[in-house]
Amino acid sequence: MLELIDVGVSLEGDNGKVQILNHINLNLDKQKLYVMTGPNGGGKSSIAKAIMGIYPPTSGKIVMDGIDITEQSITERAQLGIGYAMQQPARFKGMTVRDLLTLASGDNAEKSLCDLLFDVGLCAQDYLNREINASFSGGELKRLEIASVLARKLKVALFDEPEAGIDLWSFKKLTETFETLNKIYDMTIVIISHQERILRLADQVIMVAGGRISEITDKDKVLDEIEMIDNDCRCRKACEIRGKSNAAECNR
Amino acid sequence: MQLNVIDKKILEEVADLHGIPIGAYNIRKNGEGAGRKSTANIEIKTKADKPGIDVIIKPGTKGESVHIPVILSEDINDMVYNTFEVGADSDVLIVAGCGIHNSGSSAAQHDGIHEFFVRKGAKMKYVEKHYGEGDGSGDRILNPNTIINVDEGGVVELEMVQIKGVDKTKRDTKVVLGKDARLIVTERLLTTDKQDAESNIIVELRGENSSAQIISRSVAQDDSRQIFHLIMRGYNKCRGHIQCDSIIMDNGRVSSIPEVSAFHSDAQLIHEATMGRIASEQLIKLTTLGLTEKQAEETILKGFLK
Repeated sequence: MLELIDVGVSLEGDNGKVQILNHINLNLDKQKLYVMTGPNGGGKSSIAKAIMGIYPPTSGKIVMDGIDITEQSITERAQLGIGYAMQQPARFKGMTVRDLLTLASGDNAEKSLCDLLFDVGLCAQDYLNREINASFSGGELKRLEIASVLARKLKVALFDEPEAGIDLWSFKKLTETFETLNKIYDMTIVIISHQERILRLADQVIMVAGGRISEITDKDKVLDEIEMIDNDCRCRKACEIRGKSNAAECNR
Repeated sequence: MQLNVIDKKILEEVADLHGIPIGAYNIRKNGEGAGRKSTANIEIKTKADKPGIDVIIKPGTKGESVHIPVILSEDINDMVYNTFEVGADSDVLIVAGCGIHNSGSSAAQHDGIHEFFVRKGAKMKYVEKHYGEGDGSGDRILNPNTIINVDEGGVVELEMVQIKGVDKTKRDTKVVLGKDARLIVTERLLTTDKQDAESNIIVELRGENSSAQIISRSVAQDDSRQIFHLIMRGYNKCRGHIQCDSIIMDNGRVSSIPEVSAFHSDAQLIHEATMGRIASEQLIKLTTLGLTEKQAEETILKGFLK
């Protein structure tokens, strides 16, 4: 379906080029739900951005359904069916929720737009004609970002920490939506998350640290580790999985 | 009244008109009257002492409109003085666009001085659109001067739009607000090529509990230049907010010079201004939806100037 073969990414920093991803090898199968987790700054978002074309690979290649898309632009990849919900979504002065979702879905039917907002726990009546400006809270913006990705008929959907800013009441609805997309709409889903409840959705868990994939494993293994660690806390693994900054200080 | 194809296109651009307006109207073409209609509640009269019209709206008139578009299709210099009396407790829409079609080598210029008296409890929406076109080398120049006096409890919504083809503009707007009066100004400005635009807005909050909001959005492309002087002065217990946002592209230049002055301890005045390129995360977001960069840019600008 989608394959990353020895992908490396380097970006221009203040002191020259910085290698942010190294030797990424990843094979994403159709209709599977992957959760990508690991410490903050480990490279999870960068992998998603490399798949979307926001960070073009400086080595290796990316293949989708047998087509080499390494050199393709963001637009071309989007048109092939890849979508990305940003960790920190953009605001748009003058553009309404209706405008954005219509652009995303290519459908301006009221019911379709309302259904999309419902799926992310937003009331269409309150939001459809609202401008996506500074009046949007972080959580509202996040939900709208997710809705804009749900709106598209994608083959591969990447969600970067979708749960951030989402209240407890809407969280369940959101997880149900991910499951529906995955099972009913045959979508390959990659969710970047530190949340156990999101980990429980995974067919496979991709562990990322230090700009590399350290492990691709079964969710039960990861959840068992968390369970074990929870009883004795302060374990390096748990800290890593949950992205805590004190992982290095852990002695266990 | 004979309107040719060009006139009709200009009317559509500046006044959203697809023919003769419904309600009261006065169409001015190349410095002369080209059509007029008064209604039972809205009277339009020619000024006796200078070029222009008096528009008198009876108290209590609701849901009616006045269209006073100006068409310039020759390289002439047109100057007009219009006065509007908006009667107490009325609720009206006034549309006063100006369009220039200049296919000559000399400048075509329209200077309009519009003075409004919005009486007690009246509500007025005033839309002013400016538009230029034509393949001539002559400049298309529009200099509107708008003075609005708002009595107690009056509400004025002022929409000023210039989105295409005007080479030079200097717009001066002054609004004086009485007790409980309210003002909302939305300004949209797009300049391209080597166009120059200057917008000077002065709002005086004289009455107790008066309030004003100015939202100015502009885009400067190519080698164009824009200057904004947005001034708000509070002389009583009042609230005022200026928000000035500009997107700069190519070699465009924008200056925003604000003034908020309080002459009363209960005056609350805010000024905000942002300037810069189109945010890269906005472009990325729209390209992830399948738009090309050019389409994304156009979509962002269209929304911003909406």
